[in-house]
Amino acid sequence: MHGTRILEEADRLMTVCNSCRYCEGLCAVFPAMEMRRSFSDGDLNYLANLCHACGACYTDCQFSPPHEFDVNVPKTFAIARAESYAVYAWPQAFSGVFARNGLAVSLIAALSVAAFIFGFAAFNDRQVLFGIHTGTGAFYQLMPHKPMVVLFGAAFLYAMLALAMGVRAFWRDIGEPSGMLADRGSLWQAMKDAGRLRYLDGGGAGCINEDERPSDLRKIYHHFTFYGFLLCFASTVVATLYHYLFAREAPYPWWDLPVVLGTLGGIGLLIGPAGLLAERWKRDPALVDQARTGMDVAFILMLFLTSLTGIALLLWRDTAAMGPLLALHLGVVFSLFITMPYGKFVHGIYRYAALVRYARERRMVGHGAQE
Amino acid sequence: MVDLTRKFDVLVIGGGNAALCAAISARRAGASVLVLEGAPKFYRGGNTRHTRNMRCAHDAATDILTGPYSEQEFWEDLKLVTGGQTDEELARLMIRESKDILDWIVEQGVRWQPSLGGTLSLGRTNSFFLGGGRAMLNALYLTAEQLGVEILYDAEVLDLQIDNGMFLSADLKRGDRREDVTALTLVAAAGGFEANIEWLKEYWGEAADNFLIRGTPYNRGSILKMLLNKGVQEVGDPTQCHAVAIDARAPKFDGGIITRHDSVVFGIVVNKHAMRFYDEGEDIWPKRYAIWGRLVAAQPDQIAYIIFDASSRNSFMPTLFPPIEAGSIAELAAKFELDPAALEKTIADFNAAVKPGTFDHTILDDCRTEGLVPPKSHWARRIETPPYYAYPVRPGITFTYLGTRVNRQARMVMKDGRPAANMFAAGEIMAGNVLGKGYAAGIGMTIGSVFGRIAGREAAQHARN
Repeated sequence: MHGTRILEEADRLMTVCNSCRYCEGLCAVFPAMEMRRSFSDGDLNYLANLCHACGACYTDCQFSPPHEFDVNVPKTFAIARAESYAVYAWPQAFSGVFARNGLAVSLIAALSVAAFIFGFAAFNDRQVLFGIHTGTGAFYQLMPHKPMVVLFGAAFLYAMLALAMGVRAFWRDIGEPSGMLADRGSLWQAMKDAGRLRYLDGGGAGCINEDERPSDLRKIYHHFTFYGFLLCFASTVVATLYHYLFAREAPYPWWDLPVVLGTLGGIGLLIGPAGLLAERWKRDPALVDQARTGMDVAFILMLFLTSLTGIALLLWRDTAAMGPLLALHLGVVFSLFITMPYGKFVHGIYRYAALVRYARERRMVGHGAQE
Repeated sequence: MVDLTRKFDVLVIGGGNAALCAAISARRAGASVLVLEGAPKFYRGGNTRHTRNMRCAHDAATDILTGPYSEQEFWEDLKLVTGGQTDEELARLMIRESKDILDWIVEQGVRWQPSLGGTLSLGRTNSFFLGGGRAMLNALYLTAEQLGVEILYDAEVLDLQIDNGMFLSADLKRGDRREDVTALTLVAAAGGFEANIEWLKEYWGEAADNFLIRGTPYNRGSILKMLLNKGVQEVGDPTQCHAVAIDARAPKFDGGIITRHDSVVFGIVVNKHAMRFYDEGEDIWPKRYAIWGRLVAAQPDQIAYIIFDASSRNSFMPTLFPPIEAGSIAELAAKFELDPAALEKTIADFNAAVKPGTFDHTILDDCRTEGLVPPKSHWARRIETPPYYAYPVRPGITFTYLGTRVNRQARMVMKDGRPAANMFAAGEIMAGNVLGKGYAAGIGMTIGSVFGRIAGREAAQHARN
């Protein structure tokens, strides 16, 4: 017996799949399944988070609906995955955010933006808010550097803590010893698998989206999004180093590293999320956990808005629009940070952890997944 | 919308591997092609849906094949499984062309993968489709569509107009509409009659009511019957079919691969009278897998029970339906309404006859019975460790062997021995030319792809001339 109905269904499917195994070349899920003869809740949550939702096994399956065996692994795992996010959320009091995620994220984003606008207005007079500020330290005339660092540093650290606690809960649930997270070989293997999205391609043919024609578009858009996000993050890190090590204050000229990284990342974060949203829109509803459309869309939109407002700020930072744009951008980024542990962002964290476990399991049974 | 008033160069009836290979090869040769698949789109492809691999000769190991498999070795294997009941000329042609098919099929969009788990140790001889047979079909359909092959689903052919070996037209039923489809040539690739219980009864009697059909309900053999009724020469033994023992709890149709059982060699098999009836350890399982359907079909009520104990519980692939479990032999018997005393005696007799040996299910080991009829020649171990388990099994029919005779061009041969004017056949509907009886894994797909490609090519050439 399993804890939830969706895990009951996942168990039924894994029993069907384990007696077939035709899909074992498609991804990591089926080889991981084959290492087991029965499935605990933790096993099923592990497999659900290992699944990249490429959809190939649904189209390839001779038993998918309308067949009476009704095998739909991508959708079942999508639901199980989303339910697992709520179970692992820290603190548990916030797990409900996953249930109405689109609404929650929108509200938090709107409130954050409003708070920055009111904050700027309250602490500065109108001339400052709508004034033209240029040159070194221009942003800090609206919000002094120290409060900004404290606020965003706290939001970031909180997000890290909550995510770490979530991973801890996941790791316990799937029954792995905690020392395993220090297994460098598996960590590195998982990083390569995640960085290439090795398992988001149906074993080489591509993802299944709107029909049975495989396509690499989701993978490509995800790369734009992920690497765009990393570049933006790198931009922030470089800027922080500039500030504290070299006492060089933002804004930086367009050719300087933080701006170059941020601009490239920003472009990625426009193309990637826009593409993912378009693909999501077209995707065969049979493959999707439709109850979580809000969660998927909210996260994609937040990434898109982070980039859009950042680029707008870059373009109009020398005008009177700078103040409101800065408030908008900081509001969006702030809400992105604090909602990170309670939204779609966590998919990457748990999937990475699942890949680490998979890399370790492969090694233990003697055929390394390395390359 | 497909314009059915035009006259196509090639009409392909069927929608599986052979049909699609024929359609693609005809289209690539410049012909206009219409495919009529009788099943709805989801069930398209007949038995190909449930396949997984293809047996092709190759001179060297590849990325996906662990070693060479020469034409000669393939031929020896085929001769062995068919007991020589094969058309040597056609068989050797098929084997020779199978080498080329390995690459050709990839050019049609199909992907191979190395054989991994649960594959009856076929890594050297057989190439596996990435994602299985339905993935293979999806790729072939996409390619066919991209090439401009017209495809209709739910397209049932009610009759064929054939005049003295010359195909004229097909009477097509789609929904309530009846249409006349004309074409210069016909490729029949519509499979066997395994889902046609009435037809099976002609050879098997009422026992056929207890058969389970491993593929879709659409393999009714209607095209085969029309062709045989209109003067095409038949080939193959009508009573022959590929049949394995599958779980008795499987659905009547389309249970596919997952209802099979690989546990026979680990235990004993009894009938409804709790009596053993065949040597469970005669040879290694991949070589005996395909005889158990017929063995069970010959038992009263076409039911049998694989019985084993806790020591073998995890020795074979996990099954879709769990084994029935009991703490004692008598309790196990009661769960199947077998006579407990009879089952206890059968197992006691078996246990008493087991000689000591070193168990190894991967080789012909020395664990055997002595003085028992029928014997268990290998892997005989006492059934004595509770809990005890049983799987109920019935005959699962995969496909039938009766077909249309063809020549080297895949052209049908008429009863008087003359080749048909414009009719070709490929796949299961003509498999009996090569497979008189018996089976070796993956040969059905080889027959489909090789003769499909030949039939399409020849039909296109005929249409052009």
